[in-house]
Amino acid sequence: MAKTKVSQDTGDLVLNRISKYYGDFCAVDDLSLTIPDGSFFALLGPSGCGKTTTLRMIAGLEEPSAGTISIGDTDITTQKSYRRNVNTVFQNYALFPHLSIFENIAFGLRRRGIKDVKDEVEKALNLVELGHLSERKPTQLSGGQQQRIAVARAIVNRPEVLLLDEPLGALDLKLRRQMQIELKRIQLEVGITFIHVTHDQEEAMTMADTIAVMNQGKIEQMGSATELYEAPKTAFVANFLGQCNLIKVKVQSRSGGKVVVSAKGHTFEIPESRVSSSSDALLLGVRPEKLRLDDNGVNSIKECVVTDRSFVGTSTQYLVRTPWDLELVVFEQNDEGLHDLRVGDKVSLEWDSQHTFGLDGAQDVNAGADLDDDE
Amino acid sequence: MAFLHGATKSHSASSKGGSPKKRSLTPYLLLAPGLIWLITFFVIPIFSLASTSTMVRPQGAQIGTYVQELRFANYVDAFLANQEQYVRSFLYAGIATILALAISYPLAYMIAFKAGKYRNILLVLVVAPFFTSFLLRTVAWSQILGDEGPVLSTLRLLPFVDESLRLTATPFAVVSGLTYNFLPFMTLPLYASLERIDPRTLEASGDLYASGFTTFRKVTVPLSMPGVVAGTLLTFIPAAGDYVNAALLGNPSTKMIGNVIESRFFAVVDYPTAAALSFTLMATILILVTLYIRKSGTDELV
Repeated sequence: MAKTKVSQDTGDLVLNRISKYYGDFCAVDDLSLTIPDGSFFALLGPSGCGKTTTLRMIAGLEEPSAGTISIGDTDITTQKSYRRNVNTVFQNYALFPHLSIFENIAFGLRRRGIKDVKDEVEKALNLVELGHLSERKPTQLSGGQQQRIAVARAIVNRPEVLLLDEPLGALDLKLRRQMQIELKRIQLEVGITFIHVTHDQEEAMTMADTIAVMNQGKIEQMGSATELYEAPKTAFVANFLGQCNLIKVKVQSRSGGKVVVSAKGHTFEIPESRVSSSSDALLLGVRPEKLRLDDNGVNSIKECVVTDRSFVGTSTQYLVRTPWDLELVVFEQNDEGLHDLRVGDKVSLEWDSQHTFGLDGAQDVNAGADLDDDE
Repeated sequence: MAFLHGATKSHSASSKGGSPKKRSLTPYLLLAPGLIWLITFFVIPIFSLASTSTMVRPQGAQIGTYVQELRFANYVDAFLANQEQYVRSFLYAGIATILALAISYPLAYMIAFKAGKYRNILLVLVVAPFFTSFLLRTVAWSQILGDEGPVLSTLRLLPFVDESLRLTATPFAVVSGLTYNFLPFMTLPLYASLERIDPRTLEASGDLYASGFTTFRKVTVPLSMPGVVAGTLLTFIPAAGDYVNAALLGNPSTKMIGNVIESRFFAVVDYPTAAALSFTLMATILILVTLYIRKSGTDELV
């Protein structure tokens, strides 16, 4: 029987140039990543981007075709999954239907030869606030309860790293929000490194300290939620996290910390620090809530037409067509400044330079758009 | 975008209803053919059998003539006279069931988890023996195990095998025949329950520090218990009452209770004894099965 040592001081999880091929298909492509000990880390990407494969390699359920995985100083690349001190919360929980909740949680402890499991199991059950359900069978629990049990079953083992594979995917929206907060609380309480795989950008942003956005087996960009949202480095990241307006522009000049660009006779300014490419063709990016329906800023587009309007409670979303037939999305808060425009109304758009970013112009403007809610 | 949720959830669930008063005849019509069949060929015969079992042949009456005298001592007499065959039936059926389980489990496991694209072909192969008659297959076994058959001639090549070794007309042949004939009844339910296991529970077990063997012992086996129970019942019950294998592959000292019943009915024309034996067999199997299901405690998994 494998007795896995439980060390408290575990060290960072390091993925060093790992790749995974299934035949000719490359699921994970030369990926390197360091996840600091004790952090809440999210791997975010559309389905098929390789995030689950990466997770399974960390769990030991798949072996990388190339590269190494280590925790602290220990290389775990070829270690069998049952010898790794890494536990997983599976997508559909994978609770053992033939065992009681108590025995489900005790499973890992018992396999490691721990005789007195009662205290540990009860502590874990209390952590997820389901102490009263220990004698039930998994099928007698609701989805949200099963989800918590799956977390308890993994956490009771005090793993060095806890992996969460789309753990909230099967829950309804309300419960999902509740569980997001819950998981965040548990992570702070136990201090274990959490790696959370999700395709839901909102979920990743709510929970994680650091988010790595994955696309086609590679990491597009890594950083905090704010960083990724406010200063995306690629069109994919800009579109995948929230909504984004991207306008093809040409660089006119770069001086004094400003990059002046133009599109169809309109000129705009971008702070140089927010331009991630030295190319002359850029994509100017600005988030819909940063656009205002006025015309007195440095960056403005006049003579636009409202083509669609939808009221969504806290804001009104407009689709606005520019004179050169590009449709931009504008969110306007439903407060006293509301314009209350109708379809067909003439309107001007303006936004602040500091909310603008510049991306390399060779990218597909629609990369990463409409991928997030594909399930 | 959360605020979109919950805003549109007031649709009318009670607007449908139809006419609940009018009882539909359809369920009864659907049941009718099976019910008629069951009554004609099971319920009526079983009452007639029960009544026969307590009959007595009057002094000097012709063979095959019996009158009802409610003589329950028929049961005691019949049982005492055939204890040996009773015990043998359950022993052979038990051994055959265990052998079938031992052969079927790895097979079903392989088909469920490892066969990949060959899964359907393998399942067809498991069922394929049913394409020919049960009797023919049993006769074939007497050829296979016969003195000039392939099994014995191969065995004779071994140095320690005696020239006088025989396989037909032995308990070995009878148990082999039983095992073989009921193998699909074991394999298919086992396959069905193994196939239903979510592979992620097996991964979860490995993730929770269980080695491959421990996972098998602690997760796979318990989750396949419904299949084990169904398979053993489907094998044991017909095997205990079988008389074809003992008749074609056995000798007079390997007779099972089925053979006794058969000869009481058709050779000796002693209907009451045959009927009493049939009922005793049914009752014994019923009790054993009930105890077994109670003990294995799989009712909530079935």
